[in-house]
Amino acid sequence: MSDFLYLYRGGDSSGTPEQMQQSMQKWSSWLQDLGAKGHIKDQGNPLEATGKVVKKKTSITDGPYAEAKDLIGGYTLVQAKDISEAAKLAAGCPIFDNGGFVEVRPIMQMSM
Amino acid sequence: MAEPGDHLFRREAGRMVAALTRLFGVHNLALAEDVVQDAFCRALEVWKLRGVPENPSAWLMATAKHRALDILRRERTAREYAPELGRLLESEWTLAPVVAEAFGDSAIRNDQLRMMFSCCHPRLPEIAQVALMLHILCGFGVNEVAAAFLTGPAAMEKRIARGKKVLAGSRRLFDFTMSNEPEVEQRLSAVHRALYLLFNEGYHGAHAESAVRAELCVEAMRLAELLLAHPVTDTAATRALVALMCLNAARLPARIDAAGNLSSLYEQNRALWDQELIAKGERLLDHSATGTTITEFHIEAAIAAIHAHARSLEDTNWRMIVDLYDALMKVRPSPVVALNRAIAIAQYQGAERGLVEIAAIADVDRLADYPFYFAALGELEQQLGRTMEARAHFRAASMRARNSMERQFFERRAHEVADIA
Repeated sequence: MSDFLYLYRGGDSSGTPEQMQQSMQKWSSWLQDLGAKGHIKDQGNPLEATGKVVKKKTSITDGPYAEAKDLIGGYTLVQAKDISEAAKLAAGCPIFDNGGFVEVRPIMQMSM
Repeated sequence: MAEPGDHLFRREAGRMVAALTRLFGVHNLALAEDVVQDAFCRALEVWKLRGVPENPSAWLMATAKHRALDILRRERTAREYAPELGRLLESEWTLAPVVAEAFGDSAIRNDQLRMMFSCCHPRLPEIAQVALMLHILCGFGVNEVAAAFLTGPAAMEKRIARGKKVLAGSRRLFDFTMSNEPEVEQRLSAVHRALYLLFNEGYHGAHAESAVRAELCVEAMRLAELLLAHPVTDTAATRALVALMCLNAARLPARIDAAGNLSSLYEQNRALWDQELIAKGERLLDHSATGTTITEFHIEAAIAAIHAHARSLEDTNWRMIVDLYDALMKVRPSPVVALNRAIAIAQYQGAERGLVEIAAIADVDRLADYPFYFAALGELEQQLGRTMEARAHFRAASMRARNSMERQFFERRAHEVADIA
């Protein structure tokens, strides 16, 4: 088993209250399902849309500099056999309903 | 991980908008709606990864409250907010307590009630009043309201926008203490009509997908409960209206059978009727006899109570039902009421008599598109053994069916008639 980071990018979550509740319920059942199959290492956290970008000691600007459409909205740490399994598991993510996408990144192994 | 209750977001949307609108003033309704949308976006972002908190409603309220405080502080001079709170919002000493109070349970209930009265503005047509209530107080999106009333989304969008403009004409929510008695009475009766319309739309609305949309009934009943809980609005007519809703809603579990087919009163499994709702409806009906006026709600509730009491069709006191329909024809005459009266007469005086009564309905042409008019003719013709006529009527009903559930129901009746022949 290896570790992978899911980065949730973009996606517009606004909608009618009913649509938003349904979207939330889809997320929780997707994550619950992953958890039940032993793939969740850390449920992760949502990220604020604001922040600072620090490039040099003297250069601090507002906000993540990515385009809003692929701003990272949150992350989850998962476990999977390999990258292709990790990607397959991410395919069920409800973020696609709202135009977002998941970036799947392998966590680098420390031992050689 | 906690599961949020059914339609939690929708319900909380109405509560938050009511509280925020009192703080911001009705002319800032759009701002209130933005705050609610923000709170939901935030909830969605956090909850989807971290799970739903123990008390999601309190979480949403706290989020909306923070945002409201933020706005009121930041834009203190840029905008004019609620005239009734005026100074209280200007001083930092009073701002926080006033906002905290606005998000308390009893304040929110009161504001929902006031919002209901605001929505029933006399300058708005009935359908716009109901649409606004569904949109603002029940958290239905414009498309969802449009679907509830078989209107195109664009037309509904316009209707709701126009409605909001009328509401904004008065900056404060309708105020019981500032209004005179006739005005309160007139608005209350408009609120009654709107809730009645909403309930009926759910109970036997002309929807394309489903003949019964219990959620509209549930929303109507939820709002009507708010009327019962306030001394000014807990009137005889309110009680009769809620009684009518309870007694009819009690039959909802039997209106659709296990196979998903529409089931008429004649064939319903009465064991499925909700006895708790029946008991509540009867209690309210008993307590609704306090006033001097008999409303159509009293009469319709009484009819529903007779059905609820009867163990079977034969056991039903049809004579009393006919008397009640006679009374209803005096209060609110319509061809549909006349049709129901004729059907009740047929139950104890025979099908022949029923057909005579149907033929005598005034404005019968207004029933030309009403499928249940033809279904009633079909039932009576069948009872008289005139199979051919009966089948033709059921086919006519089927052609006018407003959704597949109704269509299947009439088709089945047409087949059953053919089988007997």
